[in-house]
Amino acid sequence: MKHYLLIVVLCFLNLAHTQNCTYTLLGEIKDFHDGTPMSGATIYNETSNTYTSADINGKFTIENLCNGKLVLIISHVGCETKRVEVDIDGDTYQEINMEHHLEELKEITVTTDSKIEKTSIQQTVSKKQIETFSDKSLGDALNTISGVSSLNTGNTIVKPMIHGLHSSRLLIINNNVRLFDQEWGYEHAPNIDINASGRIDVIKGANSLMYGSDAIGGLILIRPENYAVKDSLFGSTSLALNTNGWGGNINSEIVKTNKNGFYTKIQGSYKTFGDFESQNYYLSNTGIKSINASARIGFKSFEKGFDAYYSFVDNTFGILRASHIGNVGDLVRAINSGEPQYISDFSNTINNPKQSIFHHLGKIEAYKRFKEFGKLTLQYDFQINRRKEFDLRRGDKANVPVVDLRLFTTSLQPNLRIDAYENLKINTGFLLRYQQNDAISGTGTTPLIPDYDKYDFGFYAIGAYNLNLLTEISAGFRYDFSRIEASKRYRVTDWDETYNYDELFPEFNTGVIEDSRYFTNPEFSFHNISANLGYARHMRNDFEFIFNYGLASRMPNPSELFSEGLHHSAARIEIGQLTMEKEIANKFMASLERKHQNFGFTISPYYKYISNFIQLIPIGTTTTVRGAFPVWEYNQTNAQIFGVDIDLYKTISNNFNYTGSLSLLRGDNLSEDIPLINMPATNFSNSITYNNEKLNQLSIGLTQKTVLQQNRFPDYNFFTFDPVLQQEVYVDISSTPETYTLFNFNSSARFKVFKTKTLKVAFNVENLFNVSYREHLNRLRYFADELGRNFNIQLKINY
Amino acid sequence: MNTLKLKNMKTIKLLALLFISSLAIGCSSDDDGNDDDHDSEEELITTVIYTLANNADNTDVVTLTFTDLDGEGGADGIYDISGPLTANATYTGGIKLWNATENPAEDITLEVEDEADEHEFFYSSTAGLTITKTDVDGDGNPVGIATTVTTGSAATGSLTVILKHEPTKPNDGTATGAGGSTDVEVSYSIEVQ
Repeated sequence: MKHYLLIVVLCFLNLAHTQNCTYTLLGEIKDFHDGTPMSGATIYNETSNTYTSADINGKFTIENLCNGKLVLIISHVGCETKRVEVDIDGDTYQEINMEHHLEELKEITVTTDSKIEKTSIQQTVSKKQIETFSDKSLGDALNTISGVSSLNTGNTIVKPMIHGLHSSRLLIINNNVRLFDQEWGYEHAPNIDINASGRIDVIKGANSLMYGSDAIGGLILIRPENYAVKDSLFGSTSLALNTNGWGGNINSEIVKTNKNGFYTKIQGSYKTFGDFESQNYYLSNTGIKSINASARIGFKSFEKGFDAYYSFVDNTFGILRASHIGNVGDLVRAINSGEPQYISDFSNTINNPKQSIFHHLGKIEAYKRFKEFGKLTLQYDFQINRRKEFDLRRGDKANVPVVDLRLFTTSLQPNLRIDAYENLKINTGFLLRYQQNDAISGTGTTPLIPDYDKYDFGFYAIGAYNLNLLTEISAGFRYDFSRIEASKRYRVTDWDETYNYDELFPEFNTGVIEDSRYFTNPEFSFHNISANLGYARHMRNDFEFIFNYGLASRMPNPSELFSEGLHHSAARIEIGQLTMEKEIANKFMASLERKHQNFGFTISPYYKYISNFIQLIPIGTTTTVRGAFPVWEYNQTNAQIFGVDIDLYKTISNNFNYTGSLSLLRGDNLSEDIPLINMPATNFSNSITYNNEKLNQLSIGLTQKTVLQQNRFPDYNFFTFDPVLQQEVYVDISSTPETYTLFNFNSSARFKVFKTKTLKVAFNVENLFNVSYREHLNRLRYFADELGRNFNIQLKINY
Repeated sequence: MNTLKLKNMKTIKLLALLFISSLAIGCSSDDDGNDDDHDSEEELITTVIYTLANNADNTDVVTLTFTDLDGEGGADGIYDISGPLTANATYTGGIKLWNATENPAEDITLEVEDEADEHEFFYSSTAGLTITKTDVDGDGNPVGIATTVTTGSAATGSLTVILKHEPTKPNDGTATGAGGSTDVEVSYSIEVQ
C-alpha cells in the first residue's frame, strides 16, 4: 500500500512541478539463480522508444530521465523477455533479475534425452506412445522398453518388472507421489490410469534417492504434462475399440490455461471389456471395468506456484474362472490337460472370482524460489486404497469378499533445490509418512495382511556437479527409519512349533488365546541407508557414457512378514516370516549411448548383488480337508542379477525407420547355486515404420517380438499322492512354456476436421497371426493360453 | 508485496484445509481401526464324518472321521476310523461336514444341500466297495450326501470322499471327469473283514 501511495504522491509532485529531466537510471541485470551479470542483454526503453545494451558487468545506464514511470523491455539469449516498470525518483538504481529456466514455464517437447538428471540411466514412454496404450495398462506400455517386463495374472493384471524385480522393489511415482496400493501382492497391479499421464520415465540406474531408499529394481516416474503460460482452452477425446474382449476405452480431457499462470485440467476415462479370447477358446471371466477421473488445478510463475492434484481409480478385474482350483490334484489336472477346465461362451459380465479396487490419490504442492539460492517445495499427499477380492464361495457368502483391506497413506515432503552455484546443483529434503492398514471385518476369513500402523522418516541430500562442459558427476545419500506395529493372530501350533516364534519373539505374544490362536503384537524397526554415485561424459559424434553405482536397502513388506493365506488361483498357501531381515542391494550399471539423427543406440550392462533377497518359493505340501496343498514360504537368499539391455534405431530412408531392442538377463540364487525364480527370459524385438508427414502424417509399422523359452529356472517340482488315481502324480509347477514370436501391425493418420480440429485415426492388429502361446511370467499360465488376435481402432480428436 | 502475502496465505489455508479434509476421509467410513476385527473362518470345513450303518445289524456302525481344527495350514489333519467294515454287507452311508471353529459348530452339509445343483460328492474305494448315491438335486442329478455302500470280500484299502464345487452336471460319475474345484478331498484307510 505504501508503494501505491508513494506513486500517487510522486505523480502529484510531477504534475505540480515543472519537469526536471536530468536524472540517470543505473540498471544491473543478473541471473536469478546465481546472480551472475547478464552481459549483452538488450534493453528497450518503451517510454522513449530507444535501445541500449548491458555491458560486460550486466550494467547499463539511461540518462536524461524525468521523474516518473519508465517501462523497459529486457531480452537476453536463452531467457524469457521481461517487461519491467521502474519508478524514477531522482538518480535511480534498479536491479533486474532474469530467468534462464524457460522450459519450466513452457510446454516441453519430449525428447528421449530430457532426463531427470544427466547421470541417470533412463528410458521414456512419450505421450504419443502412451496414447496408443489408452485401452491397456501401465505394465503393457512399459513392456515396450528393453529390460522391462511384467508379472501378469491373466492379461489385465499387469505388474511391471525392471530387470526381473517387481512389487516393493519398484517405486512407482505418480505425480510426484509414491504409490502405495498394496503393491506387495504378486497379483496386485498398479492402480494407475495411464490416460492421466503426460509421460512415463523408467529409471533403471540409481538416481532415485529423492523418492526412497528401497528402489532395488528401479523407479517408474509418471509425470503430468507441462502447460504453457498463455490463455488457452483445449482438450481431446479418444475412443478405442477392440474385437478381442469386445470392449474398449473412452477418454476425455479438457485443459484451461491462463496467461496469469493459472491452469486447470479435468480428465476422465471409462474402460470396459468382456471375456478375452485366446486362439482356440474364450477365457471365461477375464473382463475388466475401470472408471477413472483426475483433476488438477494450479498456478505457476517463475518465483512461486502451487499444484493440487486428485485422482480416482476404480478397477474391477475378472479372474479366469478356470484358475479357481481346490487342491494340488486340480492343479495337476489343469497342467496336464493343456486347456482350461472351464470354458463358456463370451460374456460381458464379471463374476467371481474377481478383484475390485478403489484408489484415491490427492496431493498439493507449493513452491517458492529464492533469489541467488534455490527453490523450496513443500508437498503433502494422501492415498486411500481399498482392495476387495471375491472368490467362489458357498451360500450367502457368495458376495462377501475373502480379502478386504484398506490402506491409508499420508506423507509430507519438503524439498530444497539449491541452484545458486553455476556448476553445482543440490537437492535435499526430508519425508514424514504415516501408513495404516485396516483388515476390514466381515469377510469370514483370516485377514491376509493384519492391521498395522507404519511410521517412516527419511532425509536425503543429492548433489550434481559439472566437472567441465562435458562431464557431470552426481552423488547422493539417504537415511530412512521405518517402524511397523501390527496386531495379528497366530495358530498356537504355528507360533510354538512350526515357526518357533515362542522362542524367537516371546515379547510379541500377549498370551491371550482364542480359537486356538495367540493374539500377538509384532513390532519392528528398520534403519535403512542408501547412496548413489553417477558419472556422465559426453564424447564426440554424439556419444555419451554414463556409469551408476547404487546402494539400496529395503525393509521386508507386510506380505513378506505377515502374509498367511490361501490363493485359489495358484492352489497355494502363502506364508510370510517374522524373521525377515532387510534386503540390501549393490547395483552397478553403465550405459553407452549414441543419439544421432540417423543412427543411435544404447547399450546398458548391469550387475546387481542382493543380500537377503526375499523370494517366495514352494517348500512342500500340507494336508488339508481339500487334500494336499502346496505351501509357499517367503525366505531369504543371496542373489545376483546381471544382464544387458540394447536398443538401437536407424533411419533407412526419408520415410523408413528401424528400431530394435534386446534384453539379456540372468538371475542366480547364490546361496543354493540354482537359478532365481521368475526371471524374464531373453527377448528381442524389431520394428519397421513407414512415415509420410505430407500424406496426413501417415504412419504404418510392423513389429516383431520374440520371447525365448526360459531354460534357467529352479526346479521346485514334486510328487504327490492322488487318491482318485491311487498313484503318485508329478506336479510340474516349474517348467516354462516354449519360445513364442508375435507380430503386431499398426497404422495411423491425421485429418483436419471441422476446419480447425485434428482427428487421428489408428488401426492396429495385435498378434497378427493369431498365435497360441503361454508366457512363463503369467501366474495363470498353468490354466490357459494368452490372447489371440485383436483388431483395434482408435479415434482421437483434439479441440 | 501485500498481494503476494495474500496469495501465500491463501495457499497455506488451502493446504491446511486439504490436510484436514484428507485426515477426515482417512479416518472415517468403515474404519474399524484397532478394534478386534478378527474373523472366524466361516467357510472352513474342519471335520468330515462319513457314517456307515449296516442295514442288517444296527450295532454295526462305522464312522470315518477327518479333523483339521486349525484349517488350511497349521497342523495337519487327523484321521480316525472307528473300526472295520463287515464283508459282504450293505451299509447306509451319510456324510456330514462341520465347521467346528464356530460355536455351536456349523453344519456345512446344509449349505451343500441348499446348493445341491452346484455340488456333488464323489466316492471311490480300493477295498472292493460299491458306493451308490441315493439322493438327487432339483435337476435329478446325483448329490451324494446319502449313499448306499456294499462291501465285498475281506480287503484293506482306501475310501476317498471328494466334494466338488461347480462341477459339470450331469457328468461321467468320476471326480476327474466332473471338473469344478475341490472343496473336500479326504482319503480314509479302511479294512473290510
